[in-house]
Amino acid sequence: MADKYLELVNSGMTKKLAKLLGLPRPPRLRRYGVDTPLLPGPVLVLGTSARAQELSDVMVSWGLDVRRHDAGQSKLGGLVLLLDELSHPEQLSALMLATGAALRKLVPGARVVSVSKPALANDEPAVAAVRQGIDGAMRSLGREMRGGATANGIVLAGDTSIVSPSALGALRFFFSGRSAYVDGQFLTVRTEAGELPDDFRAPLAGKVAVVTGAARGIGAEIARTLARDGAKVVLVDMPQAGDALAKVANQVGGTTLQLDVTAKDAGARIMDHALTRHGSLDLVVHNAGITRDKLLANMDAARWDSVIAVNIASQLRMNEVFLAAKLPGLRVVSLASTSGIAGNRGQTNYAASKGGVIGMVRASAALFAESGGSITAVAPGFIETEMTAKIPLGTRTVARLVLPSLMQGGLPVDVAEAIGFLGSDAAAGLNGQTLRVCGQSLVGA
Amino acid sequence: MADQPVRHAVIIGGNRIPFARSNTAYVNVSNQDMFTAALEGLVARFGLQGQRIGAVSGGAVLKHSKDFNLMRECVLGSSLDAATPAYDVQMACATGMEAIGSLANKIKLGQLDSAIGGGVDTTSDAPIVVSEPLRAILLELSRARSTKAKLSALAKIRPAHLAPSAPGTGEPRTGMSMGEHQAITTHAWGITREAQDELALASHKNLAAAYDRGFFDDLITAFNGLAKDNNLRADSSMDKLAKLKPAFGKSLGEQATMTAANSTPLTDGASAVLLGSEAYAQENDLPMLANFVDFEAAAVDFVHGSEGLLMAPAYATARLLKRNNLSFEDFDFFEIHEAFAGTVLATLKAWESEEFCREKLGLDEPLGTVDRAKLNVNGSSLAAGHPFAATGGRLIASTAKMLHEKGSGRALISVCAAGGQGVVAILEARK
Repeated sequence: MADKYLELVNSGMTKKLAKLLGLPRPPRLRRYGVDTPLLPGPVLVLGTSARAQELSDVMVSWGLDVRRHDAGQSKLGGLVLLLDELSHPEQLSALMLATGAALRKLVPGARVVSVSKPALANDEPAVAAVRQGIDGAMRSLGREMRGGATANGIVLAGDTSIVSPSALGALRFFFSGRSAYVDGQFLTVRTEAGELPDDFRAPLAGKVAVVTGAARGIGAEIARTLARDGAKVVLVDMPQAGDALAKVANQVGGTTLQLDVTAKDAGARIMDHALTRHGSLDLVVHNAGITRDKLLANMDAARWDSVIAVNIASQLRMNEVFLAAKLPGLRVVSLASTSGIAGNRGQTNYAASKGGVIGMVRASAALFAESGGSITAVAPGFIETEMTAKIPLGTRTVARLVLPSLMQGGLPVDVAEAIGFLGSDAAAGLNGQTLRVCGQSLVGA
Repeated sequence: MADQPVRHAVIIGGNRIPFARSNTAYVNVSNQDMFTAALEGLVARFGLQGQRIGAVSGGAVLKHSKDFNLMRECVLGSSLDAATPAYDVQMACATGMEAIGSLANKIKLGQLDSAIGGGVDTTSDAPIVVSEPLRAILLELSRARSTKAKLSALAKIRPAHLAPSAPGTGEPRTGMSMGEHQAITTHAWGITREAQDELALASHKNLAAAYDRGFFDDLITAFNGLAKDNNLRADSSMDKLAKLKPAFGKSLGEQATMTAANSTPLTDGASAVLLGSEAYAQENDLPMLANFVDFEAAAVDFVHGSEGLLMAPAYATARLLKRNNLSFEDFDFFEIHEAFAGTVLATLKAWESEEFCREKLGLDEPLGTVDRAKLNVNGSSLAAGHPFAATGGRLIASTAKMLHEKGSGRALISVCAAGGQGVVAILEARK
């Protein structure tokens, strides 16, 4: 399952050989640990913004070495581009060229984060042009980053600012190893909702989280990650997966709830378990999903219907139950897929279900917000799991090496980290969005 | 401790692994593996990781001498706090009932706040005993000091000594198997083949229906690739059952009625039940499914033929009902372990018999008729299988859940056991 190629080209004799032959060398990604630094070096802030000073103060309070001017030759761990006040594409030049000059100083695993505003239909044409242009520039920059460094952006919608809770939450997420496999992506801060945790080491402390499909793969990793972040986890899976489910539950100190998410009463049983056994329900991760791949010409009703039933219909039904209960501050994070964005041969059914998740999340945002909650989704790209290990080697290697900017498949923990962030109170202002965790794969770009 | 009021012992929940017919899904699995799995599923279901439970008690009927501390070893291999004491209990097929009943008593007395009881058995990984002459020679060898003495001990071994003694369910004092014993009782009570097959069929249908409605979702945790009891035949029919040849009581000729289908097969499996005081359950936000009210053991003299081997529960029930001032009308569920269909039917007939109840049980009138609609409503051992020591835990956890679902009422649980013994218990729904 592990990517042997990545190991070979990054160690010892084979590393030298790979260099000599000019083989693609996927970098080792900087991943999160409770005690790892937020950034691997100082952060340089380029550009101006009304609240730039406040932002600098916050970053200093996070223990970062914040530079407002490029000071000579020192290495950089991060770069923040304040682009939210630009009003014409001609204004981009100075900042982008300054960024270009700073790129050489970035250490492996560095982060570039842009801050901009959304391009809207009623903007002045020049304003919309520069804002949309930033989107293109940052996505291109993502493809130019090396050594596991990434480039992502924060978009400030409405009256939000860079010091809005979810803007700071998104900034920390992009800075930290939690976003190791997130590249070339934007998060839009829509409201002032949300709050940063008291303790960044335990952002989910005191929360009760339910993870469906938690027995193995990405679901098990989500359970581990949420527990590490301080949540009490309820692990849900089919009775057939009960033994694997119990193992994960006993690792993370959670409780098991064996049920089929397509059952009519699944939502009620999940809510009942969380409330009676743990006192609240704060986060639901709709991770349970199946694939029944077949070219559409050969598709049968059983394959199509089961995928829709598990991957999207069950979520819609459970969400109705949660909404009716008006659980205060409930956060829901769903699993979408880049297949639902870009399409994938043999996956019309799966892509319909995963595209469905993206639509559901967007359309449910206001409903969850009524009780102070939110709903978001994560769309994983190529993730190294038991499921993807079954893909033929050639296809797998292409999926890992050629397509994503980061030249490798992601790990289940990369998806789990994004879910942990989106499920936290710091992400409340990001309600309704789908975040891709795909290493900036070409697929669905 | 003196003058302390007796508390309620509450059944919080249970967990078992699916039961597997001998030499099928659990061939390479030990008693310790199976009970640890049952325990780990229970720990996961109720979030007991790292908790010190008051005591874990249970056992296995077929047990190797190396498993002298089976329960403790399982605890050490589990996610429970290693400071959880554990001990083994053995009372043949009533092992689980005795273990859980005694734990309930300790909770009632305030000696324990929480406890896990259960049992496990395997006939696939059963200990095999060497022949008695070989055992004597091997012991002599271990005492020998000189090479000459060692060689002389070894030289005594003969090929015939090497034949192992496989485990059996034969009664040591009669040399008869349990099935042959039951065949006598079945015949004596005039239980028909058809009645036995009907009971077996109902067991399969009821168990299948219980699976279908998700009844076992929070009672079973899959193990070793098995998610359901593999003895279950949901598509069984009277026609299919009628085709089987008798397996026991063949000496009865035409009147032999006991087949492989209306007798339980040898089975592997494990079960565990979590009990606690009301305060323990409340403090830990755990469910309270039912109260464990009381239990009673009985034994009969089957050796000299005065009573059938598996009839002891009939006696235990009479005493238990009298002590609790209850009659059959007070019960909503009857869970009578189906060692053999004949056992259940003979017991029911005995309770209806004025003569039996007067002569044997010393009652003025019969205990009465058990309403079949209240009998083994979610299937029993004929369908699920019967891993000897694990059956008590299966019954108690399932019955407690049934009472919880109903929200009121009482249940009588009856388990017969080798050696002419039996244990019966009363559970009651939480108000």
